Amino acid sequence: MFKYAVWILFAIVILILPQLFSSLLAVSILNQMAIAIVFALSYNMLLGQGGMLSFGHAVYFGLGGFMAVHALLGIEEGDYSFSVTLIPLVGGLFGLLAALFIGSFSTRKAGTVFAMISLGVGELIAASSLILVSFFGGEAGVSGDRTYGPTFFGYDFAQDLQVYYLAAAWMFIATLAMYLFTQTPAGRMANAVRDNPERAEFIGYSARRVRLISFVMAGFFAGIAGGLFAVNYEILTEQNLNAVTSGNVLLMAYIGGLGFFIGPMVGAVVLTLVNSVLSHYTSLWMLYLGIMFVLTVMFLPNGLTGFLMMHRTPWHLGKIRLLIKPYILTAIPSAVFALSLVAMVEMAHSNEEEFVFLGATLNSHGLLSWGLLVAIALLAYVALRRTLPGLREAWVHANTIDAGDQR
Amino acid sequence: MFEVLIFATLNGLVTGLLLFMLASGLTLIFSMMGVLNFAHASFYMLGAYFAYSISLYTGFWPALILAPVLVGVLGALIERYGLRRVHKSGHVAELVFTFGLAFLIEEAVQFFWGRATRDYRSPDILDFPLFTLFGQNFPAYKAFMIFISIAIFIGLYFVLTRTRIGIIIQAAITHPHTVGNLGHNVPMIFMAVFGVGSGLAGLAGVIAGPVLTTFPGMAAVLGSIVFVIVVIGGLGSLAGALVASLLIGLLQSYAIASDIGMPDLLNWLGVSFERDHPLNDIWRLTLPQVAPILPFLLLVLVLIFRPSGLFGKRES
Repeated sequence: MFKYAVWILFAIVILILPQLFSSLLAVSILNQMAIAIVFALSYNMLLGQGGMLSFGHAVYFGLGGFMAVHALLGIEEGDYSFSVTLIPLVGGLFGLLAALFIGSFSTRKAGTVFAMISLGVGELIAASSLILVSFFGGEAGVSGDRTYGPTFFGYDFAQDLQVYYLAAAWMFIATLAMYLFTQTPAGRMANAVRDNPERAEFIGYSARRVRLISFVMAGFFAGIAGGLFAVNYEILTEQNLNAVTSGNVLLMAYIGGLGFFIGPMVGAVVLTLVNSVLSHYTSLWMLYLGIMFVLTVMFLPNGLTGFLMMHRTPWHLGKIRLLIKPYILTAIPSAVFALSLVAMVEMAHSNEEEFVFLGATLNSHGLLSWGLLVAIALLAYVALRRTLPGLREAWVHANTIDAGDQR
Repeated sequence: MFEVLIFATLNGLVTGLLLFMLASGLTLIFSMMGVLNFAHASFYMLGAYFAYSISLYTGFWPALILAPVLVGVLGALIERYGLRRVHKSGHVAELVFTFGLAFLIEEAVQFFWGRATRDYRSPDILDFPLFTLFGQNFPAYKAFMIFISIAIFIGLYFVLTRTRIGIIIQAAITHPHTVGNLGHNVPMIFMAVFGVGSGLAGLAGVIAGPVLTTFPGMAAVLGSIVFVIVVIGGLGSLAGALVASLLIGLLQSYAIASDIGMPDLLNWLGVSFERDHPLNDIWRLTLPQVAPILPFLLLVLVLIFRPSGLFGKRES
């Protein structure tokens, strides 16, 4: 019962979201999120569930996307006619074909060999895309127009909001399909092969075939994400299949948390949001993103979802409220510390003398402003050092069963 | 034809030896920790930028020493306070950590030095043609690059095989626990090797910066190629790294210098295609055009047919 409720709730949320955030910018961010969720989930089929670290997953996203744009162009020229709603499927099928071909030799081994082949194939396709101009369009890319197809119940997909419903519907279907895949024997065997390929072989499964199935499915869903990208942006360039995009999806999945089905979705939503909001305020957002990523790997190896899931034990013990006060006590100095560092970074980067940060006017050449920020940072750091042991103690306490806690 | 061949060989040698300076550190670090360091080429980039900034004050020669030392210290610190912490979470986490580090270093370089190319130049003393062959000059700086790389190779080889420290390092690679039981500080050795490897990459950056231009994308340009070399040569094999570096360097150099391509092949075969053939792009490919993708093609082929690389003993 609970299982169905989660999915129904999920459907309701994605239907309501554009009503709550109806501005053009918000809808375009929502579209990006839907695409990113499908892409990140497809990536996790490899890394999280199959134990295959890929540095070239954008290849399937990009190839699917390019094929989808060519399909759009075909509709435009009247070669054939079908609804734009099916375009992501074109991308998905082409992604599947590409994954079937490349996976046929790359899935023989997991681990470093697989990672290296994925890197090599990724670089190979990205470099070839600049050479093979007729399919990839060279530096300019290939662009199409999504409005030529027959209308779908009166929708012609001229507006972003209509595209949102298309993307959201595909995202819902793809998410459900990927979740169901984890429940199938193939999905289960993917976990087994990830954890111990030798044992999986001994009970009669070919580790290579199990990997190939995961790989092909991942390629299919990445292609769907690429097709959605093609419908949303109506253009694909070399950037959509190069190492940067491959790195981005790794980032999303990892920051969200690899060990949970919902992890990559969280990562996709958070990173899309952070990207669009941060890039609005500062030109240094990539730097902050990099710092965030490295800190996540160092301190939250299970990602954001893993961090939330750590609180299951205190929750079941009914001791979660013990953590509220220490959390607030550490959150305040850490936020102040981080913000003062950000202010210094921004001030060092700024060319103008007068510098406004969070409503405060600072002088980027003045000693007073710098001294003040350094003092605030130091104070916050000292405060953090004093509150951290309290949090640690509270954490241990919240995770242990006391004699009086019998429930 | 002959002159093109000679200069292509010389240029390939310069590139190959430069690549070896990066690959040697990377392969040493890999044999120790079992982790491919994605940020290795970022240390190379840092070397170039540090040397640029130092050379503004002191000139080239002090920078040649100081910049690699700085990069090495930074590398050792990153191993001590970053990588060692992540090690507990497993191999994937380590790989992802170095990946994030590469990303971060590129952004940091853009923050400190800007996006534009920096005018980092070779010293004036070396700014003369060493010899002239068939009317073409061979710059002395390139000879200097060859000299430094060969000196590093010999030095590394000597230290690793002929000294006490080298023998301890080699033992620590294969039997870390035994070496630890004998009273050596193994984590310290790992940190030192990581630092020296990063420093070597930094040195490569210092001497390559003036030739290959110093810009924020220089790590990305070389990074994946160094990976290719380490894998082709066989993970953990120093000799393999040398052979693969020279192979890739020469291969790319010959491909760029050549003027043959698919049209010649088709002519030779007596086949011709219409201009509007769907695969027209392929029929018009030339060798210089595909030069950048040759290493990756080679990588994929090697991994399919001989996953342990040319000289490698283990697969992963």
